[in-house]
Amino acid sequence: MAGLVLKGIAKSFGPVEVLRGIDLEVANGEFVVFVGPSGCGKSTLLRVIAGLEEVTSGTILIDGQDVTAERAAERGLAMVFQSYALYPHMSVYRNIAFALENMRLPREEIEARVRRAATMLRLTDYLDRKPGALSGGQRQRVAIGRAVVRDPKIFLFDEPLSNLDAELRVATRKELAGLHAEIGGTMIYVTHDQVEAMTLANRIVVLNKGRIEQVGTPLELYNRPANLFVAGFIGSPRMNLISGRVGPDGHFEMPGGALAQSGPFLPAGLAPGAEITLGIRPEHVLPAGGEAPDAILTVDLVEQLGSESYLYGTLPGGAALTLRSPLEDPARRGESLPVRFERHRLHVFDAAGLALRP
Amino acid sequence: MSRVNTSRALLLLRQARRPGRLGWTDILAYGYLALGVVLMFGPVLWLVLSSLKTPAALLEFPPSFLPLTQKTISVPGHAQPLELHRVRLPDGSVKELAQVRRIGIQATMIDPASPGGPVIRVPIEAREPVREVAFAWSNYTEPLKQFAFGRYFANSLVVTIVATLITLLINSMAAYALAIYEFRGRNAALLMVIGTLMIPITIVLVPVFLVVTQLGLNNSLWAVILPGAATPTGVFLLRQYMLTLPRDLIEAARMDKASEWQIYSRIVMPLTLPALAVLAIFSIMWRWNEFLWPLAVLTKSEVYTLQIGLNAFQGELQTQWHYLLAMTVMTLAPVALVFVFLQRFITTGIANTGMK
Ligand SMILES: Nc1ncnc2c1ncn2[C@@H]1O[C@H](COP(=O)(O)OP(=O)(O)OP(=O)(O)O)[C@@H](O)[C@H]1O
Ligand SMILES: [Mg+2]
Repeated sequence: MAGLVLKGIAKSFGPVEVLRGIDLEVANGEFVVFVGPSGCGKSTLLRVIAGLEEVTSGTILIDGQDVTAERAAERGLAMVFQSYALYPHMSVYRNIAFALENMRLPREEIEARVRRAATMLRLTDYLDRKPGALSGGQRQRVAIGRAVVRDPKIFLFDEPLSNLDAELRVATRKELAGLHAEIGGTMIYVTHDQVEAMTLANRIVVLNKGRIEQVGTPLELYNRPANLFVAGFIGSPRMNLISGRVGPDGHFEMPGGALAQSGPFLPAGLAPGAEITLGIRPEHVLPAGGEAPDAILTVDLVEQLGSESYLYGTLPGGAALTLRSPLEDPARRGESLPVRFERHRLHVFDAAGLALRP
Repeated sequence: MSRVNTSRALLLLRQARRPGRLGWTDILAYGYLALGVVLMFGPVLWLVLSSLKTPAALLEFPPSFLPLTQKTISVPGHAQPLELHRVRLPDGSVKELAQVRRIGIQATMIDPASPGGPVIRVPIEAREPVREVAFAWSNYTEPLKQFAFGRYFANSLVVTIVATLITLLINSMAAYALAIYEFRGRNAALLMVIGTLMIPITIVLVPVFLVVTQLGLNNSLWAVILPGAATPTGVFLLRQYMLTLPRDLIEAARMDKASEWQIYSRIVMPLTLPALAVLAIFSIMWRWNEFLWPLAVLTKSEVYTLQIGLNAFQGELQTQWHYLLAMTVMTLAPVALVFVFLQRFITTGIANTGMK
């Protein structure tokens, strides 16, 4: 188990800059998840850490030691590939034992370690099979087993669940969480599935266009996104983002008029006239009920999920707004619904997209 | 088992575009396929049957398809077996008689059923030889005794096996480097390898011969084995196949602390097996049938390969066709067997690569 430090990592493929100055510290035993849109460089960053890709500039420290110049085999990390990359001509046993054989461990030790990993991952019955004769979930577990037996300094996962169907994905996600609790290794995990990121991570790293947008615990990112990108990326359905300006007396002015006719609306301390973007999560927009509404929403679409429903509508100025309601049938399509915003849940971003905190 | 096979074969023979009806396209297709079969197997069958003919039967015109010989019969009172003929007698009846002698256009015959009986004289147009199918196995046994078939065969075997192993090893290593590593000049190297395909062997024959002579390899089997060990076709074939192996597999092996040699020998080679089998078949056929180069470098008969040895039957004045044909069949057989056993690998491939 070991900590990892990245200092100013940059990586270009020819003229294409893929990573632009990544600084990150991962503590020993931490579960860190990289998320970001497709093509933002998550896999590249993981491969740079693994040693499969050389950095253009920057330093990688594992356990305080500079490993930037070391090759993949020397770094002592284990990686689970999105394609699993099981050796098709070897049995499950040989697949798991391959790395141990390369480390020239004694035969009994190899046998013991493979058996232990197989028991933990419920693979004991399949040890003699070839990967071709396994289901997707079983292959996935073999790939994890191959990493686990080596007792690596850091586990690296590149979208390990993306080839599984939804149900198996949930089950395997839980197993991974259990695995981390059990063996407690440092794990770095790439995904673009939000739920995986939120449920597995100790800390999430949000990447965009080769830069880190924000690093924090799942709830920090959810509750206090540092910028518009993170606000829009974390959470499903997305956070409502409405652009407008700060009006006099703390009102929020948008193209179709002001929000909240009664009393100040925005947090205090904003310069009047400034261009801002207002953010509010769907669950923090409530039907007004008896209270004075902040706005009137015209409902365009209602999605019933059973336990809750989502309403998609438009505000008078044309801005789109989503709200979550625990009620089964809060409104119909085409109805006007008075809504209220939870004031302490408002996010305000300046013209550059950075969060403004009072 | 065999009944199942027969019925399967019947089913195959009755395949048509629309089940149950034989359209004109089916007839054309079958005709075309039948023609192909005749073109492919006709000469081979002709060769095999001819190799079992006596020298006399070989020279006969018009040639017969089956190996036929004059039937003979031993008749008491005659030391030699007599030729049996079917004779049309003056009274119109037809009888099988043994010929005692023939003078000019008159043949003296005797009835084998009554050896003491009177001799019958008939004009030779009235008799027709009785012939039977007889295989002249001596075409095979004689040269096996006299001609050093065993030695030539062993030489050919050594050349073929050793050369094929070396070819597979060298070509797959070159292909590995050209397929797996990214380095400057990789494409240039590949182009150069492929470019050598355009140089015909006749052009390099003399220079290679000089090199081999300088190395003192003349009249050793290595002189045949080494010059052709690295083949551009093989390198290209294997490289193209290796390019299709998922990169993840090789990177996974790197993460698993495998050395480059281990990646090559334990991951890439086993997965390249179908392509290796194809190359092995080609190499075996090339090496086994190779003629010009061995003829140039092998001059002592103890290092002759089969192909060169066969050449010995073809004298300047006279060719012993019956032996030549029989030994040609013997030469063909091993390659045919190899093909039967290895062709399975070509078609199987590796269906599941363990990737999604
Ligand atoms: N070997 C390469 N040569 C050139 N460009 C590359 C190479 N590998 C990756 N890239 C580019 O780098 C960018 C980031 O790729 P990367 O695979 O890291 O994305 P990602 O975040 O993992 O995306 P996804 O979520 O789709 O897997 C992409 O634009 C890709 O085209
Ligand atoms: Mg990726």
